[in-house]
Amino acid sequence: MTLSACGGGGDDSGASDTVRVTLVNHVWTENIRKALPEFEQQSGLKVEVTQLGEDQLSDQYNVKLNAGSDDIDVMMYRPLQEGRLFAKNGYLADLTDKAKENADFDFADFQDAPVSATTYEDKVVGIPIITEQQVLYYRKDLLEKSGFSAPPQTLDELKAQAIKIQADNPGVAGFVARTGKAAAVTQFSSFLYSFGGDFVDESGNSAVNSEAAKQAYAFYGGLLREQGPANISTDMSWSEAMAIFTQGQAAFYPEANSLYANATDPSKSRVAENVGFAPFPAGPAGSKPYNIPSWGLAINEASGNQTNAWKFIEWAAGKEQSLEQQKTGTPGARTSVFENPEATSTYPEDMAQAITVSLANGVGHDRPVVERVAQAREIVGQPIVDAITGRDAAASADTAHEAFQKFLDDEAR
Amino acid sequence: MPDTPGWARWANDHRKWLFAAPAMAFVAALIIFPLAWTMYLSLTDSSGSVRAESEFIGFRNYIDVLTDTDRFWPAVARTGAFTGVALLVEVVLGMAIALLLWRPFRGEKWVRVAILLPLVATPVAVGMMWRLIFDPNIGLANQALGWIGIGPQPWLAGQHTALPTTIFIDIWQWTPMVVLILLAGLTSLSDEPQEAAMIDGASAWQRFRHVTLPLLMPTVIVAVLLRGIDALKTFDILYATKGRGGGSFNEVETLNVYAYGLSFDYNEYGLSSTVLILFFLLIIALMWVLTARKKKEAGR
Repeated sequence: MTLSACGGGGDDSGASDTVRVTLVNHVWTENIRKALPEFEQQSGLKVEVTQLGEDQLSDQYNVKLNAGSDDIDVMMYRPLQEGRLFAKNGYLADLTDKAKENADFDFADFQDAPVSATTYEDKVVGIPIITEQQVLYYRKDLLEKSGFSAPPQTLDELKAQAIKIQADNPGVAGFVARTGKAAAVTQFSSFLYSFGGDFVDESGNSAVNSEAAKQAYAFYGGLLREQGPANISTDMSWSEAMAIFTQGQAAFYPEANSLYANATDPSKSRVAENVGFAPFPAGPAGSKPYNIPSWGLAINEASGNQTNAWKFIEWAAGKEQSLEQQKTGTPGARTSVFENPEATSTYPEDMAQAITVSLANGVGHDRPVVERVAQAREIVGQPIVDAITGRDAAASADTAHEAFQKFLDDEAR
Repeated sequence: MPDTPGWARWANDHRKWLFAAPAMAFVAALIIFPLAWTMYLSLTDSSGSVRAESEFIGFRNYIDVLTDTDRFWPAVARTGAFTGVALLVEVVLGMAIALLLWRPFRGEKWVRVAILLPLVATPVAVGMMWRLIFDPNIGLANQALGWIGIGPQPWLAGQHTALPTTIFIDIWQWTPMVVLILLAGLTSLSDEPQEAAMIDGASAWQRFRHVTLPLLMPTVIVAVLLRGIDALKTFDILYATKGRGGGSFNEVETLNVYAYGLSFDYNEYGLSSTVLILFFLLIIALMWVLTARKKKEAGR
């Protein structure tokens, strides 16, 4: 691989041989850290990595970028969560020229949906590196025991199978999923789309009280209330829900495919051998899981070391690294890699098939596409927790609709 | 002193200011400036980015916050409940334990070390540990209840049990500090009044009520002040057990957690500053009431 020098663009007032990179705790990061010596040797640069948990990373950016700090060069960020806000605030450097100049980097190779999520007002402000699709994790042994020969094709079948399995196996929940008000929104989104709804309608107004949305809220919450674990909490993020599934206490679990290694690694999962993957079950509107860019790389606008920062991105998001990443189970955003059979050769076969289905039908967002995402998630997530705790989901959706419309009007101003 | 140069005379005349200057600069940089800046932000509509242009909007934020019965007032009530209950239990329990440990007994050192253990752990680690213990499905707490035939409890997961559970965690961690302070106070008391009371035939309770407690009062007030201020600003235990927003129903959202969320989740810097200024005023008012009361007691 060649590392071409970059002409023009970018601030190099503080050019240094050390590139300071802030990354999140993720399989992608583990892989890239292992490969770093190779990059350092090729480029003659030194890479200094700061690695943080998702929440800490977000807080760190809030403090440092707000203060105009220049001690972050490259930042790993969530295009759908912080992308709009950061771009609007001018925290992200314009990468348009850099990305399109280098033929080896081949920017046209990136899928359209992820690229649109990392583009702001026609400027490329980030390079998508990790994509996620929702799939259904399930327990093959429990299905077999209850006499089911195949995982559910539809949401109705999912419910029916969950009920039967729960009845056949006392102490085992039929279904588990994220329950936290904000945390559940992303995984709930696939249910919402498959019922025919969305968070916002075509004219940009709140749609969380549509008939489809009300059905989706009631279905997701009802399934957790009745077929979920006993004493269900309303604070579960993926780590708690995954723990229940990998402890062998649940039969079905809808979750992002990028977390699959947690379920199939025998050192992390008691049920590693019996985990199967299926495409997201179809609702009244078909199977419509999300297909989103969950993480991207960007350059801090305040950094004085932008040329070298770009060299790092060019390498880390390049074809070679993307293929390596995808082989270890982290789907990226490059078309050429997805078309390469080698990329999915290490995946469980049913997982690879489920991903293919999700790629074909996927929706490009898994949360409201707005600036203040955290606040929006809390508003549209309220009916989920209300439904889980047995309150009237439809009434809660009406209340959420009012609050969400006010939020959207406020943001449009 | 006609030969003294002018600057030296000036320095001599103003020496009390000169010596105090470093401390004053320190206070100005680390306390007054941040406070003034927060005050300024609270009067603007700053949001999104602190560096973005913001408009001066007078007291509109204050009106918004003070009329907010969804998040602000419940947070005030929770802050009060958390502090009040935790403080009361910690002082009563701390006093009982301190009295038990007061007189020498065999193995005293070991007992003291064991009691102090919770104190040396980081609150975030403590929060995460209890979060595992109180997990409704795979936690130790419900298993232990099962052994004695009691059904599982929701603990941190329940909308109405979460706040009492976090109060319990605070009590578990911080009672030892109260014990430590009260024990220091007890061991410094002289024995004569106790002996005199004993000769007069006072019972153990009478001796405690009319001799030990009044003599120990200054120490108790110190313990209440230190723990009270600490409990008011509790954040780590709440964040580690229930996460952002204090849970899906904001069930443990105190003023601190609320202000944090406004800043870091909503990027509403103006509103967040307003909440913090109001919180600050509340604490000042509380301290003013306490000190006024203390003065009144002293004057009697």
